Amino acid sequence: MSVFNQPRKRVIQMIILGMVILIITRLFFLQIVEKKYAKLADANAVLRKVIYPSRGIIYDRQNRSILGNDVLYDLVVTPASVKNIDTAYLCNILKIDTEEFRKRIITAIVKNGRVRQSVFAPLLAPEVFGQLQESMYLFSPGFELVPRQIRSYPYAAAANILGYIAEISPAMLKDTANYSSYNSGDYLGFTGLEKTYESVLMGQRGIQYLIKDNLNRPQGSYENGEFDSAAIAGKNLRLSLDVELQVLGEKLMKGKSGSIVAIDPQTGGILAMVSGPSFDPNLLTGPYRSANFSKLYTDTTKPLFNRAIQATYPPGSTFKPMIALVGLDEGVITPSFGYPCGGAYYGCSRPIKCEHHDAGHAANLRLALSHSCNSYFSHVYRLSVDAGKFGGIKVGGMQKWADYMNSFGFGHKIGIDIPSEGRGLVPDKKYYDARYKGSWNSCTSVFLGIGQGELLLTPLQMANAMCIVANRGSFYIPHFVASIDNDNTHLLDKYKEKHDVAHISDTAYSAVIHGMTDVVESGTGRIAQIEGITIGGKTGTAENYGIVNGVRTKLKNHAVFVAFAPAEKARIAIAVIVENSGFGAKYAAPIASLMMEKYLKDSISTKRQPLLKTVMETVTIDAAMLAKSHLDSLNNNAVIKKKTP
Amino acid sequence: MNRSQAKLTQGIDWPIVGLYLALVIIGIMSIFAAEYRGDDNVWQDIIHPGKNYSRQLIWLGISLVLAAVIWLTDSKFFTATANLMYAGGLLLLLLVLGIGKDVKGSHSWLVIGGFQFQPAELTKLCTNLALAKYLSSQETDFTKLRSRLIAAALALIPAGIIILQDETGLALVYFSFFLVMFREGLPGVLLVIAFSGIVLVLSALLVDRTVLFIIFTVITALVIYFSRREIKRKRSRLALILGVYAFCGLFVMFIVPFVFTKVLKDYQVRRIEVMLGKENDPKATYNTRQSMIAIGSGGFWGKGYLKGTQTRYDFVPEQSTDFIFCTIGEDFGFFGSVIFLAIFVALLFRIIFVAERQRSTFTRVYAYGVASIIFFHLAINIAMTIGLAPVIGIPLPLVSYGGSSLMTFTMLIFILLRLDADRQMVLR
Repeated sequence: MSVFNQPRKRVIQMIILGMVILIITRLFFLQIVEKKYAKLADANAVLRKVIYPSRGIIYDRQNRSILGNDVLYDLVVTPASVKNIDTAYLCNILKIDTEEFRKRIITAIVKNGRVRQSVFAPLLAPEVFGQLQESMYLFSPGFELVPRQIRSYPYAAAANILGYIAEISPAMLKDTANYSSYNSGDYLGFTGLEKTYESVLMGQRGIQYLIKDNLNRPQGSYENGEFDSAAIAGKNLRLSLDVELQVLGEKLMKGKSGSIVAIDPQTGGILAMVSGPSFDPNLLTGPYRSANFSKLYTDTTKPLFNRAIQATYPPGSTFKPMIALVGLDEGVITPSFGYPCGGAYYGCSRPIKCEHHDAGHAANLRLALSHSCNSYFSHVYRLSVDAGKFGGIKVGGMQKWADYMNSFGFGHKIGIDIPSEGRGLVPDKKYYDARYKGSWNSCTSVFLGIGQGELLLTPLQMANAMCIVANRGSFYIPHFVASIDNDNTHLLDKYKEKHDVAHISDTAYSAVIHGMTDVVESGTGRIAQIEGITIGGKTGTAENYGIVNGVRTKLKNHAVFVAFAPAEKARIAIAVIVENSGFGAKYAAPIASLMMEKYLKDSISTKRQPLLKTVMETVTIDAAMLAKSHLDSLNNNAVIKKKTP
Repeated sequence: MNRSQAKLTQGIDWPIVGLYLALVIIGIMSIFAAEYRGDDNVWQDIIHPGKNYSRQLIWLGISLVLAAVIWLTDSKFFTATANLMYAGGLLLLLLVLGIGKDVKGSHSWLVIGGFQFQPAELTKLCTNLALAKYLSSQETDFTKLRSRLIAAALALIPAGIIILQDETGLALVYFSFFLVMFREGLPGVLLVIAFSGIVLVLSALLVDRTVLFIIFTVITALVIYFSRREIKRKRSRLALILGVYAFCGLFVMFIVPFVFTKVLKDYQVRRIEVMLGKENDPKATYNTRQSMIAIGSGGFWGKGYLKGTQTRYDFVPEQSTDFIFCTIGEDFGFFGSVIFLAIFVALLFRIIFVAERQRSTFTRVYAYGVASIIFFHLAINIAMTIGLAPVIGIPLPLVSYGGSSLMTFTMLIFILLRLDADRQMVLR
């Protein structure tokens, strides 16, 4: 047996020896024949230079660059090469003392060792750079100026959407599972699109080897760049955002707290998203980033809080179209259903007041919508949840209603492509069971029928609901990025998928859309009219309660307006909220209308310029709060000069 | 007293123990070198484990305890529990799929009370035992196709699960069992066919399809031309040649593109393309390049222990685990590298020698398994550091930092020593 198998043992031994000989041959060439490698490893002969890739640029829908790169300089040090320099003079330029100088050198040695470069002073302010550049010959070879790209925002707009980048933190560096491709000193997106699309924007750093002479001056590439790895630029993003619309929106929201969300219903692409008051994103780039950040963070107007996706409000009357859709789809009403409202709803113990009391103002759905009849929708809400086919509100009615709301995108994150989206709140059976310990009925939650009560929506959810109405039952997840250059990722797949909502009939939508066009033509939202365009809209006044000194107090109402236009085939759906400004038609409707006019007609007509001026000049933020805010002076002092569009 | 001591170590194969210890000591010294920064207080760190080399020392301690336990175990235990261990190993692998933790992009780690453990390492041992058990069983007739398929399945099922854990490198090692099966009678022609198959897949991915088709056609025409006499004698020969031709054509034109567009996921395709050098992955080339610079700069004699600049200043990534050979290449040069490789070859040849002196098939198969696993690890790991193979993250046996790996190889070797000590018994 052993004899028979002998050759096989030999074959296996030959395979092992063959492989080892192959390895040894290769090692012979690497270590003995080639001299290139030895030289590469010699820091005195070859200079190793890290090439930072340029980060991807972000364009708006007209291919205007709204987030690009500028160059600033880092002062880097190679501790081993620092010899005989005028330390005092360098400290003087950098405005540090010699103690600080020593500390930074030691930090550099601890971090990266003596022969490797470390950043000594990052992102030099332009005036410091100017002074240093003139006297750099005094400090070389130990010190060197290295260009570093920083982000710049030519339109100084869309701060909360685009986000900012900052240096990677030591905690992130230790998290090798997620940040293994970063080195200390690298920058990465912390918020907004910069964070969501970090993987495509970041690019890939490269390395370049340069021959040095005896004075450490680079003398050209080593071995014709055979060992260099080129830096690969990050990929560019192309947004659905219209930057001019965005700028207009931010101007309109000046002095106001609230937000605007405008979406293209055909694609789900977001056209503008304003959170007022806004700040100049250039504040968070370059050398003053951390100082500005803490100022913004502590400002009384909370500019870093993206109200458009993070704040939640009761939608008020703007919610009535959704109530109508549920009623129509469940079959508890038809478009011709009417309700005899005499000025209030008496179905539950406490009457709910209605703005109208003339007979017939709620004779059918269309009239009830355009008059925003509270009684009508309180009644429809109760009909929907109490419907016998679901076994009543506690069996299936409430849950069924909550399911409708979830399918409209309420009560959960919709999945927009910037982080920190809010959920809002849709109360369901479980919620009421817990809150009222089982003793509740449709009167407990009747305020949901008029968009008040426990219900909370983000402005994004309100705008998305308008997309659903305008599209007659479908939507795409709202998103900013329309395309990525040379895309090979799946980041955008979920935004290309059409979502059908419940299966509400076309006639149900037609009835609601007619009611909403009447709102603008002859109802509560007449101020939103634009010449030659049919608009579907709905005003709302969200009652607002807050805890003041421990007591639940009614605060000034939020004005809400939602709309879509043109009504026949909508190109824009919009939601506007102006906090604490009173009745919906007063500020929210004109802002929405001006935004739609700008987008659909490309400019605001001369006739409406006075309105534009009034709205822009209006200040609704509480005077006491505004007095403590430094936002305006900050914005005016942003370091990087804005290019005027 | 003296007699009982003699009994305790009786039959142990000292050359293997010596080579094992040599490699482990070289490993710990290399890990120390990879982390050494010149001003560390060495002794304090050994007492206070915060560095990899001191942690590796602890792992060595645990491994040696395991080795002692194995040495004191009855040989029959391993044959008796082989199948059980295999089943347990598979269960552990499936468990990782469910509750495993992601470390460096692979979902193959279990975390038990702060300890990270990679079951994919351990299952090599289980698979080796199960394969030995199967091939040594009296019912197994390894000349039959059925037996060969079962043996292949035994080796490849764990590999499949490990691929699902994104640890492709470790999965590759399971192909080393085909070397064992070759020793046990798998026809050599199968190795040739497997090799041709790999060439076929690679060429289908790397060469333009039309060009490849023309090449096939020309080769077939030439084969037909040169064997025209034989074909005249035997018509079936022509059918065979045309059949192979048709299969190759079909394979390259349809099956490979279909698998790549429909079956595999996008990121998997990209990873394969990066491995083949079709798509340039800058990170992978960066790692290889830095490692080649470190090794290449070692020269003939090396820079001396703890004197290497490349490994010292973190230029080389993963230098205490996958790229540990860089430290040896840089500090000890070509001379040291050849001696290092010689130690490995000596260990492998000694294991083969031990394998061939066995009476029981179980031990022989097991021993060849140990040799093959170590050989695959060695070949892939070192080829990777010197730019001969794509970057596949597998450790250098006994040398790389890592508890799972050190423990597994220690157990592999000490079970072999135990079985060898009892070579007069016939184990099944």
